[in-house]
Amino acid sequence: MKARRLLPALTLLALLLGWELLVRLAHIPHYTLPAPSLVAQTLWANFGSLAGSWWFTIKVTFSALALACAGGVLLAAVFALSPAVEAALFPVAVILQVTPLVAIAPLILIYIESTTAALLLCAWIVAFFPILSNTVLGLRAADANLRDLFRLYRATPWQRLRLLLTPTALPYFLGGLRISGGLSLIGAVTAEMVAGAAGRETGLASRILEASFRTETPKMFAALTLLVFTGMLIFWAFNALSHHLLRMRQKNG
Amino acid sequence: MDTPPPVIQLHAASKRFGNGVQALAECSLQLAGGEFVSLLGPSGCGKSTVLRLVAGLEQPSSGTVQSPALQGADAATAYVFQEPALMPWASVFDNVWLPLRQAGQARAASHDRITAALRGVGLQDFGSAYPAELSGGMKMRTSIARALITQPRVLLMDEPFAALDEITRSRLNSDLLDLWAAQGLSVLFVTHSVYESVFLSQRVLVLGQRPGRVVAEVRIDAPYPRNAAFRRSAPYLQACAELSAALEAAYGDTP
Repeated sequence: MKARRLLPALTLLALLLGWELLVRLAHIPHYTLPAPSLVAQTLWANFGSLAGSWWFTIKVTFSALALACAGGVLLAAVFALSPAVEAALFPVAVILQVTPLVAIAPLILIYIESTTAALLLCAWIVAFFPILSNTVLGLRAADANLRDLFRLYRATPWQRLRLLLTPTALPYFLGGLRISGGLSLIGAVTAEMVAGAAGRETGLASRILEASFRTETPKMFAALTLLVFTGMLIFWAFNALSHHLLRMRQKNG
Repeated sequence: MDTPPPVIQLHAASKRFGNGVQALAECSLQLAGGEFVSLLGPSGCGKSTVLRLVAGLEQPSSGTVQSPALQGADAATAYVFQEPALMPWASVFDNVWLPLRQAGQARAASHDRITAALRGVGLQDFGSAYPAELSGGMKMRTSIARALITQPRVLLMDEPFAALDEITRSRLNSDLLDLWAAQGLSVLFVTHSVYESVFLSQRVLVLGQRPGRVVAEVRIDAPYPRNAAFRRSAPYLQACAELSAALEAAYGDTP
């Protein structure tokens, strides 16, 4: 058990070490590829200025994710109640899902004046579909016998939703959430890349662009490190959440 | 034996599903109050459809069905499926609470009844366990406790022990008879096992090939309580032989 926890950390450490050695031994200039040690130094030195952008990106990511949860779950519930609405709206949701974000982000930036709102919308578009489709699947997955039992005991629609459909859909929803957590970060960053460094508040993507214009490669890596860290944090947090919520049915009785 | 009025009555009930499959054709049967009756027949002959009609989960295409569930008597009918059909996210205690909960009864107010029901099926020490932690037999016991918690008049059982091993199955058969005797239930029990139906029932109805109807009826007059010795007695073996022959005939020439 311990070895399995240690293994990923050791692998990561070995990769960083290899990187550091490669840069030092091959004398790669820092504007091409900075060593991890230099990235760490840059991150430390610039943390004050990067922190504001980091916070902005986190805000956009989590706001988009929260809206994606609300929208996805609400729409899934409507779909579950009315197949007609689902037939009407599902193709629209699919269109939103399959259109590459970078292709529509410029349009959204034209139509929506506030950059922050535009970024939020972009991140929402990519984040909401996995939650929607998973939750729809989950709401349908209720055990047929249990459904009969609820009919036999004349359960109210509210009881059916609360006692049967919601707990059944929970693992599906959490699966969607884990995907959407990563996607909302990707959406927030991608949209900001397209938007460029505009607006008063800027996120980490703008800082990466900014640094790239000035060939400050170590700073690009420093910002990137914060993004990777954020993404991993989101992934771990939702993994832990779903593990906690589903621990009683791990074996799936 | 004086005959009490029937609790369940099917009169020439037919059922044709939307996909054109005719499950039942003019099936008639009745069940008196407190009776234990088994439905025996080849798979796919409409045994489950009879239960679903009685529970009000399906409507007959023609003919009539009378049962407490159809007369709007709340929680007078309980149903046990072949799968335990437990909620994996809820403890054994909360699974048994479900029917009372749906009737608006609080957990604390139901506590004594749930505890008693769990004791009735021998699970008094497993209230806080989750279904994933239970054996197949214990899951089925939970399912039975849930069915009996409302003190129903009618218990419908759809091959409830088919997936269990032989020993667990015969224990549950004996325990079911005890519960039946204690609670004055009427039980309609679907099975494809000749031996199980003879051990449990007062009457066994044999359904023919689909579309199903009752083609034979065998009375098993042996007194209760029945125990392991009954399984070796002459009347038991004779009833088994008689039923096997009836079942053979019901199968017809199907390969």
